[in-house]
Amino acid sequence: MAGIPHDHYEPKTGVEKWLHERLPVVSLVYDTLMIPTPKNLNWMWIWGIVLTFCLALQIITGIILVMHYTPHVDLAFDSVEHIMRDVNGGWAFRYLHANGASLFFIAVYAHIFRGLYYGSYKSPREITWIVGMLIYLMMMATGFLGYVLPWGQMSFWGATVITGLFGAIPGVGGILQEWLLGGPAVDNATLNRFFSLHYLLPFVIVGLVAVHIWAFHTTGNNNPTGVEVRRKSKAEAAKDTVPFWPYYVIKDLFALVVILVIFMAVVGFMPNYLGHPDNYIPANALVTPAHIVPEWYYLPFYAILRAITFDVLFLDAKFLGVLAMFGAIAVMALAPWTDTSPVRSGRYRPMFKIAFWILGFDFMLLMWCGAQPAEGLIPLISLLGAIYWFAYFLVILPVLGWTEKTLPVPETIEADFDAHYPPKSGSAK
Amino acid sequence: MKKLLLSAAVAFSMATTAIAGGGEGHIEDFDFSFEGPFGKFDQYQLQRGLQVYTEVCSACHGLRHVAFRTLGDEGGPHLTADQVKAYAAEIDVYDKELDEDRSAKPSDKFPASGLETAPDLSLMAKARAGFHGPNGLGINQIVKGMGGAEYIASILTGYTGEEKEEAGTTLYENKAFPGGWIAMAPPLEDEAVEFADGHKNDVHHMSEDVSAFLMWTAEPKMMARQRLGLLSVGMLLLFGVLLYLTNKKLWRDIKRKG
Repeated sequence: MAGIPHDHYEPKTGVEKWLHERLPVVSLVYDTLMIPTPKNLNWMWIWGIVLTFCLALQIITGIILVMHYTPHVDLAFDSVEHIMRDVNGGWAFRYLHANGASLFFIAVYAHIFRGLYYGSYKSPREITWIVGMLIYLMMMATGFLGYVLPWGQMSFWGATVITGLFGAIPGVGGILQEWLLGGPAVDNATLNRFFSLHYLLPFVIVGLVAVHIWAFHTTGNNNPTGVEVRRKSKAEAAKDTVPFWPYYVIKDLFALVVILVIFMAVVGFMPNYLGHPDNYIPANALVTPAHIVPEWYYLPFYAILRAITFDVLFLDAKFLGVLAMFGAIAVMALAPWTDTSPVRSGRYRPMFKIAFWILGFDFMLLMWCGAQPAEGLIPLISLLGAIYWFAYFLVILPVLGWTEKTLPVPETIEADFDAHYPPKSGSAK
Repeated sequence: MKKLLLSAAVAFSMATTAIAGGGEGHIEDFDFSFEGPFGKFDQYQLQRGLQVYTEVCSACHGLRHVAFRTLGDEGGPHLTADQVKAYAAEIDVYDKELDEDRSAKPSDKFPASGLETAPDLSLMAKARAGFHGPNGLGINQIVKGMGGAEYIASILTGYTGEEKEEAGTTLYENKAFPGGWIAMAPPLEDEAVEFADGHKNDVHHMSEDVSAFLMWTAEPKMMARQRLGLLSVGMLLLFGVLLYLTNKKLWRDIKRKG
C-alpha cells in the first residue's frame, strides 16, 4: 500500500510464511489496523466507526427480520406485527433496525459536515469523497426502500410520491415510473422489487465502504490542521502519527459507546419517536393521509424539491424540483473542484467558517421546512435555503478561495499537537 | 469529550425536527402508570380495560392482531391460564378449515371489526399521535409516552353532546377529534360497566382504563422494551467509563503529560 511509511507485517513462523506466500490476508489485516493515523484527530473523526457499526447493525438485524417478514401486499403489514408480537425478541430487532437507520443518517451527516469543514474532500482525497457520496446516495435509496416494506400508510404514499418524481421527467417519465413500479401504480410488484433491492443495496454499500477505506488508507487521513503527515521516512512519519490500533480503536469505541447510550435510550423508551403514527395504519390506496412526510433524513432535500413552484420555459416546476433535489447532492460531490482555496482546513479560514456555519444552519432550516406543509412562507424560505445551498458550493467556495486572507497554518501535525499538549521540558523522545 | 457530547446533541436535535404536526383536536394529558422510562402497566387497569373493551368497544371494533393467549402474558393483563381459556370460549371466531364459527381457543386471535366502518383497535394507540411537544419536536415522548393512549381517552371523554346530520349520517361533536365531528356515537356512559374490584366506573375512569388496555394491545412488549432500555443504558454507561479510563491511560504517554 502506498502512502505513509510504516512497519509492515513480517511472517515469522513456517506456518505464517506458508500462508503469506499463498494469501497475504494477515498482512492485509495488520496493515489496515496498524495504519499510521494523525495523532491530532479530534472527536469529529469518530463517525467513521459509528457508521461501520451502523452498517453491521442494519445488516444483522435486517437478516433476522427477513426470516419472519413476508413481502406481499396482503401479508406484509401483518407479518411485521407478527414480528412485534410473536417472534422472540422480534420487537427489539425491529426497533433496533428502524432506529438504526436514523442513527446511520445522523452519523453520515456529521461525517459529511466534518469533511466539509476540514476540507477532507480536497486533493488528494477526491475519490474518497466521491465514493462517500455514492455511499450516501445508496443509503438514501436503501432507507427509502426499507420504509416501504412495513406497508403502512406512509410506506405506500411515500412510495407513490417518490416514484412520482421520476414520472416528472419529460418524455420518458411515464415509462420510467411504470418500469420502476412494475405496473401502473404502487402494488405487489413494487413491494417485491423494493424488498429485493433493499436486501441487495446494503451489500453494495459494504463494497463501496471497502473502496472508501482503501482510498483514504492510500492517501492517509486528513486531520484538523489539514497539514499532511510528513512521509519522507518512517521516523519522520512516526512523529506525526500513532498507529490506528490501539490508540484510535479505543478512542472510537469509547465514542461509539457514548452514542449508543443515547441510541439505546431511544430504542428502549421512545422507539416510535422518529417514525410516523400513520405507518401503523395498513396501506390503503383509497385513503390519502392528510400530510405525507418523508423520513427526517430526507427532509432537507425534500424541501429543495418543493421549493421550485414555478415553471421555467418549457420545463415544469415538478421536474425542476427533481433536478434541484438531485443537483443539491451533485454539487456536494463537486466540492473538491469548486473549492479553490490552497488552505485545506476551515480552522484557518475565517470567512469560510462563517459561510460553513450558515450552510449548517441552512441544512437545519431546510429540514424544518421539509416537515411543514408547503403553505404560507414555507416555499419561499425553502427557495432561499436552496439558493444558499447551491451558492455555497458553486459560488462561495471558488470565490473565497481566491479572495480570502487565511490564517497561518502550522508547519507540521507534531507542532499542532505539541501546542495543545506541551511536552515536558527535556523529556522529548 | 465536551465536543463529542455537543456533536451528538446537535446531531440528535437534527433528527428531532422531523416530527410533524397533525390533528387540531385538543388532547388532554392523562397520567398513565406506564409513562416514562420507569413506567409499568397496571395489570388490574388492563383487566378493567379488557372488560370495557369486551362489553362496549367489541360490539363494533376488532383486535385482529391480538391473540387471546397474550392476555396471560406478564407485563400485560396477566390473566391465569384458566381465565384466558374461559374468556376465549365466550367469543366466536371464524374457522377457515371448518368454514364456520366456533368458540375461540387461547391460540386464536380476537375477531376483526364487526362493523366495516369501525377501525381495528389493535394498533390504535400507536397510529395516533397525542403529543407534538414543544415546538412540534415531540421530545416529551420520553416522559409522557407516545400520547396515543391520551388520544383515545380524550376522544372518549371529549363529546360535547352536540349532534348534526350530514349526508344521512349523524355526526357527534368531539373536542379531541380532528375537525371536531366524529361518526362514532358516544360509546360510554357512567356506570356502563360494573367492575368486579369496585373501581370507579364513570366515563373518565372507564376511558382511562380502556385506553391503557389499548396501549397494551398496540405495544404488548412495552415493559420488556423498557427493561432492555434500562439494562443496556446501564451496561453501556459502565462500559463507557471503563473505556474512558482505558483511553485516558493509553494516550497519556502520547500527550507527554504523564
